[in-house]
Amino acid sequence: MSIEARNITKTFGAFRALNDVSLTVPTGRLMALLGPSGSGKTTLLRIIAGLEQADHGSGQVLFDDADVAVRPVRRRGVGFVFQHYALFRHMTVFDNVAFGLQVRPRRERPDKQEIRARVGDLLRMVQLDTLADRYPGQLSGGQRQRVALARALAVEPQVLLLDEPFGALDAKVRKELRVWLRRLHDELHVTSVFVTHDQDEALEVADRVVVMNEGRIEQEGTPDEVFHHPATEFVMRFLGEVNQFHGRVDAGRVAFADVELDAGDHGRLAGPARVFVRPHEWDVSLAPPSQAAIRAVVKRVQSAGPVARLELLTADGALLNAELPQELLAQLGLGADTEVYVTPRRLRVFAEDRKPPAAGA
Amino acid sequence: MAGAGGRHRAASRPRQGVGESAPVRRLLIAATLLVLGCVLVLPLVTVFAEALRGGLGAYLASFRDPEALAAIRLTLLVAAIAVPVNVFFGLSASWAIAKFSFPGKRLLITLIDLPYAVSPVVSGLVYIMIYGANGVFGPWLAAHDLQVIFAVPGIVLATIFVTFPFVARELIPLMEEQGTEEEQAAMTLGASGWQTFRRVTLPNVRWALLYGVILCNARAMGEFGAVSVVSGHIRGKTATMPLQVEILYNEYNYVAAFAVASLLAMLALVTLVAKAVVERRAGAAAAQITTTEIETALQPHEAS
Repeated sequence: MSIEARNITKTFGAFRALNDVSLTVPTGRLMALLGPSGSGKTTLLRIIAGLEQADHGSGQVLFDDADVAVRPVRRRGVGFVFQHYALFRHMTVFDNVAFGLQVRPRRERPDKQEIRARVGDLLRMVQLDTLADRYPGQLSGGQRQRVALARALAVEPQVLLLDEPFGALDAKVRKELRVWLRRLHDELHVTSVFVTHDQDEALEVADRVVVMNEGRIEQEGTPDEVFHHPATEFVMRFLGEVNQFHGRVDAGRVAFADVELDAGDHGRLAGPARVFVRPHEWDVSLAPPSQAAIRAVVKRVQSAGPVARLELLTADGALLNAELPQELLAQLGLGADTEVYVTPRRLRVFAEDRKPPAAGA
Repeated sequence: MAGAGGRHRAASRPRQGVGESAPVRRLLIAATLLVLGCVLVLPLVTVFAEALRGGLGAYLASFRDPEALAAIRLTLLVAAIAVPVNVFFGLSASWAIAKFSFPGKRLLITLIDLPYAVSPVVSGLVYIMIYGANGVFGPWLAAHDLQVIFAVPGIVLATIFVTFPFVARELIPLMEEQGTEEEQAAMTLGASGWQTFRRVTLPNVRWALLYGVILCNARAMGEFGAVSVVSGHIRGKTATMPLQVEILYNEYNYVAAFAVASLLAMLALVTLVAKAVVERRAGAAAAQITTTEIETALQPHEAS
């Protein structure tokens, strides 16, 4: 079932949580709503579910092109997974998962044996069939979240909505569960939307990513598109570390930090601009390269981890971050106080015509 | 039971290096026991001693008196009406207050506390001003041949008023703490409002509810002030057990007075035991949830 949100606006008192937001999730896709807290992503999810209402007279939510405004939460056929699980604490794992089937009107309700069989299947799917008699209080966070997912899937929802599903879990369990969620989605193909503030999670799991900020959608696209072709400064900053410079674009050339380079795709801009370089997109060399490069001194090398991280100090006193493969670090023999030349393999330029958006606000 | 627990705790503390020196400890414990003995234990013992002064036969004979039986019946009747009514209103009020936000919510919470703040005698007088012969509804009630004041309805009303906060006050903090996420989850799973309430909200507060019912019942059976004002003390008709005790006492019928009083004292003891059991069950349930939640909260640190 496809989901469409049209021109949704939502205010809480004086705070505008969503500002004329429109969004389409095609049938069977897994979409991530990514943004900092306060960006409106959870509110949008809850409006799709029917747990919140959009401002009076604003917008529509459509499932398969049918307006669901008249359908209350319990008739929307959505599976909703809450950040803090919201398991029924006085019920066993089995009863939690069976709940959605047991509250059905008598003529739609499967008989006891069928409920037992279906709950058993779901618990096997989330690998919790041995814990059916436990209470939520006796489970770990990751187990609880899997119970919550099994419970949501028990009602065979047309749409699965997950609110920061892994937000309350520790790093290792998060990683396991997100791989698992992706696999599950590939098996079930139920249209899914999940909210997260973790860009790695969004990029790794989702088919499409919607980046939100201050109640608006900044960009929508595949993980590749939003990561490699950020449409706005906010997206650029939010999806990874950046080095930022103030510069100027003139006649297809961009000048910043004592260097002047070909502005590439950004050449059509003119005037003051902000220039961004990701830490892994620097070329680092010991000798001055043929093209323009920034001269800097290595302040710190952090080589624990898959890539080595360098902290560089430029001649005009700016700190740069760079990442390079361990092999290259060893080959160059970099250490504190080594003088290096860095030049961006790739840069992004945004016209400096508005206030810098506050990432993390 | 409470004394044993207190002594155990007092004894275990100094071993952990916290607390007063031994003589001070003994002095404080002795003072506490003395006060407890004079204020609580001695009067309780006296009630039973006075009741049994004329022997077991006289004690039991007190309960064969039709007036005493009528008082017991009336007390049970009043409690049987007032407690369910307050369970219903208490549940409704706390459900509304804890799970929804609406204008006037703070005012409603304050109003629920009103019976705590007002002297029961005053609340009894207010009912006379409203439903009595010269009250607001007096002429209308008289015209329809309905008697509220100096009759059972008045006693029930006064009791409901006095015991109103007991259930709601137990439930509101717990329901507020539990939030609304479980209810929201139930709704997304297709449950109706009633199913959500019966299968999710109610089981989550069952111990607090029982606790509130026990306290409410004890007060409903033991209330004197408000009931005394509206009852008119008609023997065998509008005298509840506490009123019957007073009537008998004023007639120097000590054995009978203390016999009825001993029933109320036994009610108090049963209430205390029931309360302790419920507290223990509720505490165990809460402890289980909290421990695992703390463990879960600690996991990230262990993992990293």
